Amino acid sequence: MISLLETSIADCHPASVLDYTPLPELRALQLLRLQAVVARAWEHVDLFRSRMDERGLVPEDIRSVEEIAKLPFTLKSDLRDTYPFGLFASPMKDVVRLHVSSGTTGKPIVVAYTKEDVDVWTSVMVRCFAGCGLHRGDIIQNAYGYGLFTGGLGAHYGAEALGATVVPTSGGNADRQIMLMKDFGVTAICCTPTYFLHLIARAAELGVDLKELPLRAGVFGAEPWTESMRKHIERMSSIEAFDIYGLSEIIGPGVGCECRRHQGLHIFEDLFYPEIVDPESGEPLPDGSEGELVLTTLSKHAMPMIRYRTRDITRILPGQCRCGRTMRRIDRIGRRSDDMLIIRGVNVFPSQVESALLQIEGTLPNYQIVLTRDQGLDQMEVQVEVTPHMFNDKIGALQGLQARIQGALDHVLGIRVRVSLVEANSLARSEGKAKRVIDRRTS
Amino acid sequence: MKIQQLSLFAENKPGHIAAPARLLAQEGIDIRSFYLADTQQYGIVRMIVSDWKKAAATLEAHGIVVKATEVLAVEVPDRPGGMADVLGALDGSGINIEYMYAFPFLRSGKAILIFRFADPDAAIAHLQKAGINVLAGDELLK
Repeated sequence: MISLLETSIADCHPASVLDYTPLPELRALQLLRLQAVVARAWEHVDLFRSRMDERGLVPEDIRSVEEIAKLPFTLKSDLRDTYPFGLFASPMKDVVRLHVSSGTTGKPIVVAYTKEDVDVWTSVMVRCFAGCGLHRGDIIQNAYGYGLFTGGLGAHYGAEALGATVVPTSGGNADRQIMLMKDFGVTAICCTPTYFLHLIARAAELGVDLKELPLRAGVFGAEPWTESMRKHIERMSSIEAFDIYGLSEIIGPGVGCECRRHQGLHIFEDLFYPEIVDPESGEPLPDGSEGELVLTTLSKHAMPMIRYRTRDITRILPGQCRCGRTMRRIDRIGRRSDDMLIIRGVNVFPSQVESALLQIEGTLPNYQIVLTRDQGLDQMEVQVEVTPHMFNDKIGALQGLQARIQGALDHVLGIRVRVSLVEANSLARSEGKAKRVIDRRTS
Repeated sequence: MKIQQLSLFAENKPGHIAAPARLLAQEGIDIRSFYLADTQQYGIVRMIVSDWKKAAATLEAHGIVVKATEVLAVEVPDRPGGMADVLGALDGSGINIEYMYAFPFLRSGKAILIFRFADPDAAIAHLQKAGINVLAGDELLK
C-alpha cells in the first residue's frame, strides 16, 4: 500500500479525509449509494423507470458496482425533452435551488438541488480547494459568473465553507478585478482560463505586474484548456494553475479537480461514479482507454443522473496518484465528442486550432472558428484578434504573422483553412467564455 | 528629431476608420498626417497627431490597439527632384527605409517626407550631413 502520503490526513481539511477513503471501503460505499440512487430514480422519475422496464430491469438487479453497465444512459436531450421539471425525483417543496445552463441550441436545461445536494456540492468544492493547497486565511477572488450559471455560486459556497475570505467579483470589469486583486492581496482566483488570460493582458496594460502580487493559485475550469496554456499562464503570472472539472447536469463545478501533483483530475467518486465508454457503441472501456466520460450521481436527491453521457472525451488514469488520494483520476478534458467539426470530410477539433495558435506568441485566447459553405464545399476560417503584443506598424510583419499562423494550422489540421486578422475585442464573448465556433453552414 | 507616429489596425470594413477618427475629434486632437497602408483584408492607419499620448490613451480606452513608432519628418522643396535628393543622401549608407509616405506642407510651399527607419539615429546623422532638414516634432505641429 501507499505509505508515501505527502499530506498527512490529520493535517488536511476535515472534508478532504474522504479523498483518502481506503479502496474496499470506497467500493462498498459506492455500491450502497448506487443502489439507493437507482431505487430513488426508479420510484420518482418516469423516464428512468420506463427505460428500466424496456430492459426488463428492476433496481434489485444491481448487485455490484460493475453492474452499473446494465443501466440505461441519460442524455442531454433527455433534460431538454423533459424541460423544465421532468427529471426531478424530489417534490418542489424540497428543492432549494434551480440553476439553468446556457443551452447553445434550443431550450436551456434546468438542474435542481435539495438542501442535501447543496451541502454535497459545497463539500466537493471544499475538497477541490483544499486539494489545490488553499485553506482558511486565503483570499479567494471568485470571478465565475454569479447567477443561473453554476460556476459562481458553487465556487462561492465552497470557498466560504473552506474558511477562506471570498471576494465575489463575478465576471466582467477587468480593471476592477485587477484593482481589487492588488488592493486586497488576493491569494487565489477562480475563473475560466480564457478570462484569466484576459486579466493577464489587461494587467500588463495597466502596469500591474501579477508576479509581484500575493496571488499564488488559480482554479480554472468551465471550458477545456491545454497543458501549454497552463505553462503560459504560470509563466506570465507566477501562480500555480489548477484544472477543475464539473458540469451542471451532475452538480456544477467540483466533480473533479487536480491536486498539487497536476497528474490528472481526481474525480470525487464517492459521490460521482465515473465510467469511460465508447462514444459510438456505448460499450464500457477499461481504465486507461480513451472514450466518453459517463457519470452517475451517487448521492443526488433532487435530480439524480444515472449514467449521464457527458460528451467529454478523456480516460481514467490507471494507478494511484502519488498524493495518496484513492479517488481515481481522469486526464484533463481536451475535447468533447460533440465538438468535432467535419470539414470537407476531415475531423477537426477546436482544441487542435488552439494548440496550433499556442505556437504563435500572443494569439491566444482571442480566436474564433467560422464555418461557411461555398458552392457545397465547407470552408473554415480562423479569425485571430490582433492584440497589442502582435500588432506591428509594418504590413510585412503582419503578413509574416499571418503566414506563421497559417503554417501552424496547416501543419496541425492537415487541411487548408483561411486565416484572418481582426480587430481586438471584436469577437463575441459570453460569461467570460469566448464563443469558439460560429457555424454558418446551411444544409 | 524623432517624432512619435501612431499606428492602428483596421479591418477592411465600412466605418472602421471613422470610429477612431471620431474619438480623436471628441478629444480635440488634431490629425497632422494620415496614411492608410492597405491589404485586401485589413489596413494599418499611420498618423501623426497633435498629442500622441492623449490620442493613444483615448483609443486604448476604447479597446483599439495602438502602437507608437519613432519616425523622421524631412522637409524638401516641393519641386521635381526634391525627393530624389533626399533619397540620394542615403545612397551607399546601407540604411534601409522600412516605409515612407509624403504630403505637401501647403503653408511653406514645401513637402514633408515621413520615414520609418530601422535605425533612425543613423539616418538622422546621414541626412543632416547632407544638409537636409530633419524636422523636430513641434515644427510639424505648428
